[in-house]
Order: sequence, then C-alpha cells, then structure tokens
Amino acid sequence: MTWLTRNGLTLLAALVALVVLLPLGWMVSVSFMPPGSAGQFPPPLIPKAPTLANYATLFGTYGVGRYLLNSFLISCLATALALTFTVPAGYAFAKLRFTGRNAVFQALVGALVVPGQIGMLPLFLELKAMGLVNSYGGVLVPWLANIFGIFLVRQFCLSIPTEMIEAARVDGASEWMIFRRIVLPTLKPVLVTLALFVFLGSWNDFMWPLIILADQDLYTLPVALAALSREHVQDNELMMAGSVFTVLPVLVLFLILQRHYLDGLLAGSVKG
Amino acid sequence: MNLARRTFVAGLLALPLASGCARRPEGTLEFWAMGAEAENLPALLATLPGIPRVQVQPLPWTAAHEKLLTSYAGNSLPDLGQVGNSWIAELAAIDAILPVPAALIPLTHGQFPAVVDTNRIGNRLMALPWYVDTRLQFYRRDLFARAGYAAPPPTWTEWKRALHKVKAVAGPGNYALLMPLNEYEHLTGIALSAGASLLNADGTRGAFAAPEFRRALAFYKSLYDERLAPVASSTQISNVWNEFSRGYFSVYPSGPWTIGDMKERLPRDLQRSWATAPFPGPRGTGSSTPGGSSLVVYKSARDPAAAWTLVARLLASSTQKELQSLTGDLPPTRSVWAATGLTADPITAAFATQLDHARALPKVPEWERIVTEMQNVAELVVRGRTTIDAGVREMDKRADRLLEKRRWMIEEGRGS
Amino acid sequence: MREVAVRAEARAGWAMTAPALAAIGLFFVVPAVASLGLSFTDFDIYALANLNNLRFIGLENYQRLLTNPLFWQAMRNTLWFVVLGVPLIVALSLSAALLVHAKTLRWKPLWRVALFAPFVTTLVATALVWNYLLHTRYGLINYALGWVGIPPVDWLGNPHTALPAILLFVAWKTFGYNMIIFLAALQAVNADLIDAARVDGAGAWIRFRHVTLPAIAPTMLLVAILTVAGMFQLFAEPYVMTQGGPAKSTVTVLYFMFEEGFKWWNLGSGAAVAFILFLCIFVTTLVQMQIARRSGAI
Repeated sequence: MTWLTRNGLTLLAALVALVVLLPLGWMVSVSFMPPGSAGQFPPPLIPKAPTLANYATLFGTYGVGRYLLNSFLISCLATALALTFTVPAGYAFAKLRFTGRNAVFQALVGALVVPGQIGMLPLFLELKAMGLVNSYGGVLVPWLANIFGIFLVRQFCLSIPTEMIEAARVDGASEWMIFRRIVLPTLKPVLVTLALFVFLGSWNDFMWPLIILADQDLYTLPVALAALSREHVQDNELMMAGSVFTVLPVLVLFLILQRHYLDGLLAGSVKG
Repeated sequence: MNLARRTFVAGLLALPLASGCARRPEGTLEFWAMGAEAENLPALLATLPGIPRVQVQPLPWTAAHEKLLTSYAGNSLPDLGQVGNSWIAELAAIDAILPVPAALIPLTHGQFPAVVDTNRIGNRLMALPWYVDTRLQFYRRDLFARAGYAAPPPTWTEWKRALHKVKAVAGPGNYALLMPLNEYEHLTGIALSAGASLLNADGTRGAFAAPEFRRALAFYKSLYDERLAPVASSTQISNVWNEFSRGYFSVYPSGPWTIGDMKERLPRDLQRSWATAPFPGPRGTGSSTPGGSSLVVYKSARDPAAAWTLVARLLASSTQKELQSLTGDLPPTRSVWAATGLTADPITAAFATQLDHARALPKVPEWERIVTEMQNVAELVVRGRTTIDAGVREMDKRADRLLEKRRWMIEEGRGS
Repeated sequence: MREVAVRAEARAGWAMTAPALAAIGLFFVVPAVASLGLSFTDFDIYALANLNNLRFIGLENYQRLLTNPLFWQAMRNTLWFVVLGVPLIVALSLSAALLVHAKTLRWKPLWRVALFAPFVTTLVATALVWNYLLHTRYGLINYALGWVGIPPVDWLGNPHTALPAILLFVAWKTFGYNMIIFLAALQAVNADLIDAARVDGAGAWIRFRHVTLPAIAPTMLLVAILTVAGMFQLFAEPYVMTQGGPAKSTVTVLYFMFEEGFKWWNLGSGAAVAFILFLCIFVTTLVQMQIARRSGAI
C-alpha cells in the first residue's frame, strides 16, 4: 500500500472537517475583529487587530450576562425536571408490569410522530389561564412532557437483568427501594445521555421561548440574540461575538461529554 | 423517602413560578420604550425633578408590536409606554389602554391636527403624541441642480419629468428614486396624495377599487415601469448610504431619523449636497402619513394617576425641547419648533410643511394587516404578474375578508 | 403473598409513570386536541380581549387557508425544501458515514466529533453566521466562488436563490445527526457478507450497491422520514435569516403559522395551519413506509 492509499481517506476527512468547521472558525475570528472591519472585500479571515471590544459591548451595553444566567438556570431546571419525570417512567415501562402498560406505551410511540408545534397555540392559551405566560415555568413546561426521553430510558432499562430485580423483591425490598438502590446506579450512562440531550435541547430552544417570554429580563440567549440581530444587522462583529457566546457553553459541554452523547445516540438508533 | 422526593420535586416546580412573578417594587412605574427614545429616556427622566422611580425597558422596533400583544395575552403589560401611532386603534379595540383624562387634553392644543386626529378613536383621545414624524423626500441637491432644478417640483407630471432628467445626469446604470417593494409606506403616501380613502367611511370594507386609488397605483407602477425606481426589496440594497452617495438613486423617501444618519454616514464632501422637500401630489404638494409615537397608559397600570402625571411632565414644552436635543425627534407642539430652531432650519422646516398636508390613515385594528396585503398585491402588479384592475379588486377582496369580523362586531353592537 | 406483590408492582408502575403521563396529557395531548377544536373557531385579538367575541365557524378557517395564495406559497416553499433537501441531506450524511466508517481512516473519533459539531450549535447563532457568509459582497461563499470565476450571487436577496441558500445551511447543520444514525447501521452490517463479496471479486461500488445498501435500507427509510419531518418544521432559519422574504420565497408552513398565530393573533387560523401541518407529516410518513414496503426494502 502506498502512502496515499493508506492516508488518502484521512486527508479527505481532514479536508471535509475543515470545510464543515470553517463557518464556526470564522465566527470566532470575526468576533475578535474591531467593529466595522469585517464588512469589506475581500472578506478578512483573521483579525488584524484582535480586540475584546465586542464582548465588552455585549456585556456592558446589552447586558448579555443576564441572558446567560437565564439560559443556564432554565437549562439546569429543565434537565433536573426532565430526569425526575422521565427516568422512573422509562424504568416502569421497561420492567414493571401493570395493566395497560403496553397500550399506553404504544400510544406514546405513536405520539412521537406528531410535531410538537401542533399544540403551541392552545398551549399558550392554557398557560395563560394558569398564569405561566412570561415566566420560567412556561418555558420549562414542554420539557416535562418529554416522550423521547421515556423512550430512551426504556430502551436502556430493557437490558437490565430481571433476575436481579426479582431477587431483591424476594428479599422484601419495595419497588421504590429497588429502583433507587439497584436500578438507578446502573442507569448512569443513559442518565448522562439524557441529561446532555435535555440540556442542549433547552439551551438551543428558540421558537417556544420566543412565544412564551415577553419580558426582556427573562430572555434566553437565542431569543435575545435574535432580538439583537433585528436591530444590529449591520454590526457583524458584535453579532458574531453574541453567536460565539451562545454557542460556546454547549459546544464545550458537548466536547467534554461527546463520548456519552454519541454512544447514547448510536445505541438508541440501533434498537430504534 | 417518598416525602423527601415529593418535596424536592415540589420545590423544583415552585422555583420557576417564583422567578416569573412581578419584580416591580411598589411605587415604581414601568415604562416600555423603543429605539433611540428608550436609549435616551433615562437621561431625559433625570432632568425631571420630583418624579417617582421609573423602570425603563427597551424593546426593538421590529418586535415591539408582537411583544405588546403577547404581554397583553400574558397580563404583563407595563404601566405606561411608547407606542407607534398605527397601533393605537388596535390597542383601543382590545381595551388595553386608558383614554386620556380631560385634564390633559389641553396638551394637544397647538399640535399638528393630523397627528392628534390619529390618536382619536371613536371620538375619544386615547394617546398623547410624544414626537411626530412623517416621510418626505431626501434628495441630492447637486444632481437636481445639474439637471436644472433647485428643488423637486410639487406636481406629479413635473416631478416625473425632473426625475428623468436627474437620472440622465446621474449616469447609466443608475436610477432616480428608491422605493423598496416590501415597504408599504410609499404607496400609501402616494394614495393619500391622490385623495384616496383606502377604506370605506366606517372602515368595514376596502375602497381600493375607487378611482383615486387606481390613479395612485398606476402612478406608483409607472415609476418602476419608466425605470425611475429599481424593482427591488430593502434586503437587496446592501448599504443605502453608499448607494445614495454613488448616485444609484437621487431621491430617498424617509423620515427624520435619516437626518442623523445622513450626517453620520455620508462622506464629508457630500454634506452640502442633500436637502429635504415635501412629496408631490397630482395638483400640488402631496400628503403623507402622520407618524410618530405617542404615550399611553395601560389599563392594567397599578397607579394610572401617577402614570398620567408622568406623561404630562414628559409633554411639557421644556421636556419636549430636551427630547429633541437628545434624539433629534420632532416635537408635536408647534411652539417648541420655533424654540428649538427647527422652523429656521430648512432641512427640518420641510417636515412641518409636510405634516400640515398630512392625512390620517384608516383607524381600524386590522389596518396593518390590510396594508401588508395591499403591498403584497402591489408588488405583483409592479412585477407584471397581474394587472392594475385585477390588483385593486384583489386588494378589496383581501381587505373585505380581513374586516369581516369587524363588520360582524359592529352589526352585533360590540364595536365601533 | 404473590397477589400482594403483583399489586405492589402495578401500583409502583402507575406511580412512577403518573407524573410524566400527566404532564404529557396536560401539556401535549390536550393542546394537540384543542388545536383541532380551536381551528373551528375564529379566535382572534377580539376574542383574546373578550371570550364572548368568539364564534364557531366550522370549516371556514380551512376554506380561507385553501384560497389564501400565501398559504399555498408556504406549502410550495416547504415542498421545495422537502424535495431538494431530503436527497441532499441523505446523500451527505450517508457519504459522511461511509467516510467515517472506512477501514483505512485514522483518528475516527476526531472526525466523528468534528462533523457532528454543527448539529450541537445553537440554530439562531449559526444562522447569523451563515447570514454573513452568504452576504453578496462581503461573504466568504461568494469570495470562494470568485476564485473559480463565478460572479457574486445575491443569495438572500434573490427570490430564486434564497431557498437553496437556507437549504445549504440546514444541510450543514443537520447532516451530522443522520451521519451518526447511518454509522450505527453500517456498523451492524454483517462484515462476513462484505468479505465474501470481496473474495468473489466484486469491486467497491458493487459491494456497496448489492451488500451494504440493501442492508441499511431500513435506516435510509428512517433517516428519510426524520428529514422530511424536519423539513416540514423549519422556522428559525427563515425567521432569523430572511423574515420570509424575498418576495415570500422562504415562508415555510411553520413560519406562516407563527405569523398567523403570534403576529396577527388569528389563533383559530393558526391552529388550522398546525393541523394541516400534522396531516402532511403523517401522510408523507405513511406514503414513505408504503413505498419502502412495496420495494421490498423493509
């Protein structure tokens, strides 16, 4: 085998990766350029006089820190709530026998096909009646009804040996104790995957927070960024700094935990 | 353990509800404002002694209308705020704002009549004008001079002749006038100049098939057909200032906000080459829409009296002067124009002339939707995809459909 | 004793699923069903002010939609996204998966992460980046095209190129996800079959067409179904990049629904659009499964 046959594909992969990551790289590069310098021909790739001015403006004049806090709080809460609601349910659908279990689960699988946006307008009216419009609660509500999460947890729980559970039952343990002491520790991989999935999903969520949040103080980063971009479409550098800011936390989180995320997706899709 | 878990979950659930609750301390007034006014409002308020604490929330113009309605739906409207004049009819129809108390009505004396009229819904004054604006022509004085004109002529025929000459002077590849196809203000201005009423008397049906509007639409289309204006939307013009200084177009219909932009973004050697003039009409100076923003107090305000007091303070002549110097906004009261030198400056004096010729638009809540549809069809007419006849009939059809609920409500006696 | 144990297990089962089911019922099922009901009324800003202004109007919302040219424009645009986008995204993600799966490729995890990264990024943020990349004069894409002699294209200003431009962005953003799904399928293809084919003298393309492709056909169907559903749900891209323009060429069905519902406050009409959207996704999914069944793929 020549060098080319051995490494040709690796070179190709490197080239493809470069092209794919170019937009992100350019985004970071422009965010460090002085205001007004990116909008010229030929478009600059590297800042000639890198500056932190755009980030300073974002924090100082536009109070981006507030939106960062909102996004962080909401994503943490969404993750905690989603885990609390879906993990026991996923386990129950996998391992506990109760009347109607299969019928209900089939219905849930069917519901996966229905697009979430179909109920957006009535949900808005429903939350208005409950007083949850324009609050964190309103933003978090869709994450309690996370069907995909139940699906994922159930898939994982199916592979837990039932003998282990039966043995604990014979020993007199209650169902809840079995869940907490025996099952939960083995669920760590899927917990991480699900937590990542919900955190990423809620951080990046745009349409629903756009609809439900009216108070600027409560805006999450994507909503704030979209609002800023309507006013500042000419200010490339500022917008790119905003984009970097919005993308960076989740990208870093993903890079740290990417093994779990991708493995979880791979496992989920094989059985799915 | 069950209890601990349940308390934990309950606590989690309570947290988001708590964080969304009202964070407005007692005695503070919440004020929503947009654009440059929002940026300068804190400074403006600082010049007023003895007012209660005011919390200013800025909204971007492009999302403000949606925000107001979403907040109305969510019961989270502020105490008072700035609103675009075209939204007042809608806010009044859904009973979101309070009528102006009798004590404050004298504040409107000496203001431009068309603007005050815009805020009068069903014979009640629902808002007080804060600043006024209107559109008129910003034109390249040097190019017009080279074409043999000191200023754009006031009649349609003469104006078009002048535009042709200016286009020739500007050179090949250039146009004379910029009217982006996605903006409805240009056609409505022409329609008002032609004397069109746009809707019937009680605002229940479209009047686009009337002869005045047909004439206006024909004139509008001719500007594109004769290649005086480029067939383009605003997103296709990357940088208006560059194009204006290049001579790509010599007439730029716009409002007072452009004065500052012209001074900032045009090159120094062009600073003496631009001027303003009112729009032309079929037989003389034309009309335009009286615009601007007004101050309203929302029905949900905790202390309407305090809110109205603040409004009255903001509308005092001295405060109007201060706003003018901070933002360049045109004051609604004529006497302040003289005091701030706006009448003496020819650039701004043209706005006063135009405002004197302004006519109010139909004051129905559905207006923004109707005028958007009007422009959608107008774009098709300009692009040659439909005829003027078919176009105006389609506009009427769409307007009638949009007004159907209003017709029903008036018949049932629920609306005005 | 056994009885008691069975009942305890059933009780626990219901207790553990109850919160999630309640949330799903309250915040998903009820609104979805209510959507249907809402679509038979003329709920609008007047009704928002006073519920007495609500009228039951039967199928009138649907009639009005079907005679609304903008609605058909939105459907057309969305169908263009589907017709152009699904083959593009399936091809891109399959190619990427094949590349990352290849035997002679080194540092596989690195390429996997790099190609997946765009999927993780926030849509609004990257839509803004692409807005600038697609800029007529100062964008990198036109600059690169200039190297090969192609004159600058007004991507987002020309009604004919705006949709493909957004599609390019969507493909970049989502191909990583489908790539992972294909990777899983490729890893499950029986390696013995491929080896046997190689021993028989079959070239790489023949091996792909006759061994790999049939084996991953069910996955291709899954990816196609997911991508179609995704194309029907495009909203943030036109909202951030073009606001539906130019000349309404990038208004998608969901964008249209958002404007009906939250810009004009015709919640009745918006709900009708939502229901039509649901039917479209449902029908196309059924059709796809039928085609797949007929052609023997699954």
